[in-house]
Amino acid sequence: MTTSVLYESPGPRAKRRALFTSIAVSAVLIGVAVWAVLRLAAAGQFTVDKWGPLIDPTNATFGPVWNLLAQGLVNTLQAAALSIALSLVIGTALALTRITSAAWYRWAVVGVVELLRGVPVVMTIFFAARVLPDYGLDLPLLWYLVIGLTAYNSVIIAEIVRAGVLSLPKGQSEAAYAIGMRRSQVLLTVLLPQAFRAMLPALISQLVVVLKDTSLGYVISYPEFVQQGKYVIQNLDNPIQVYFVIALVFIAINHSLSRLAVFTERRLGRGRRTTTTPAKKQEPVGAATGN
Amino acid sequence: MRVITDNLPLYLNGLATTLRICLYSGLLALVLGTIMAAFRVSPLAPLRAVGTSWVNVFRNCPLLVVLFFMAFGLPELGINGSYFVFGTLGLALYTSAFVCEAIRSGINAVPPGQAEAARAIGLGFGQSLSLIVLPQAVRSVIPPLGSVLIAMIKNSAIAGAFGIGGDLFSVGENLTSAQGEAALPVLTGVVLGYLIITIPAGLLLGILERKVAVAR
Repeated sequence: MTTSVLYESPGPRAKRRALFTSIAVSAVLIGVAVWAVLRLAAAGQFTVDKWGPLIDPTNATFGPVWNLLAQGLVNTLQAAALSIALSLVIGTALALTRITSAAWYRWAVVGVVELLRGVPVVMTIFFAARVLPDYGLDLPLLWYLVIGLTAYNSVIIAEIVRAGVLSLPKGQSEAAYAIGMRRSQVLLTVLLPQAFRAMLPALISQLVVVLKDTSLGYVISYPEFVQQGKYVIQNLDNPIQVYFVIALVFIAINHSLSRLAVFTERRLGRGRRTTTTPAKKQEPVGAATGN
Repeated sequence: MRVITDNLPLYLNGLATTLRICLYSGLLALVLGTIMAAFRVSPLAPLRAVGTSWVNVFRNCPLLVVLFFMAFGLPELGINGSYFVFGTLGLALYTSAFVCEAIRSGINAVPPGQAEAARAIGLGFGQSLSLIVLPQAVRSVIPPLGSVLIAMIKNSAIAGAFGIGGDLFSVGENLTSAQGEAALPVLTGVVLGYLIITIPAGLLLGILERKVAVAR
């Protein structure tokens, strides 16, 4: 661990004091945990009835329950994969038009970006599911969810890609023009590949956001992970246990993705120093928001 | 668009409820997030562990699941409340993880010399954090913190979807599902309601950012 500049490396007295405080803090934490466990136990939350179907493979309902949940997880991953693929394509197109086009068109794109960024994702999903059928566009539920998620995330990805292109050293495009490339060639073969490389960590972080937001398929009754959990709960009456398992799965997947983003960032950072120096440090857009 | 003008009081009520949820959640999230950020940089290992797990759990778990946990878990622990309380609390817990990370990145951005100087004149951990480092950190994290709060305003719609009555999202749901109004005008009204909050908030953020930026 790196030593913080906020405090001195402790002497013997500070060490003793830190040890005592640590023990006291741990005691309080353990106390809270024990209290919670006791309350849960008193409420009958640790019975085989509640947990068996989820963790005991010999339990009669274990198979059906996990079939339901696994189907939900597959649906969730499917919606997330489709949304991120579509968002990448549309987002890149948006970013390119914003970089290259005439002013009035650029402003139209900026308008769309600002509009979609200001609307809650759950609202775009709800909007797609309620409004599109009124206009004769009857799609499977999956597509309403994908359209809603894409509406928001393509805009975020557009900003990420744009920031990536703008962060490249000017010499890259100048050199490409100098050897006689056209503007489209410069963008597609020189700038975009580098921009994607630079923005890979931010893009992976955005995957976490998409994966979490697929749970909003719940609102339109798309049979994703949380929705399937609801069916299990309706039959077995074990909300705490099911939501605990669902939360655990989400945290495991998303935490791995976050680690992957950090890992990628570090690797790219190392490669970067030896090849080119970035023109200026670019904050990854969207990676730090609370979505 | 008649449906919007006819139901204007309903919409305004929804807007007010959404703002109320956001005010309470925002304040609580700022306080909790700052405490967790202090935990994460503290010299005590157990506190750091609490901060780290807090952030990892709430940042990686969908808000909907957090809300369900509040609504179904807390009553089992003998804590009862309305959906408004559970929703606001859940939103605050979820947002606090992002607030914590924003503030922590700000703390890391403060030049080490500042903290070293604070220690050199004899300030302890608490004093150097609260008097020297945090004030500078908070000013430099106004932009990400603002994005977090705007995201929270948008996330309040999820709290509405989960069952808080009378907020902006549930106004739309009520008018389309229960009263059978055409979806497009009703939901356009709801979208406008959110834009009325989020776009000025974004502009305000830009102004504030320029005002308090730390010159380095």
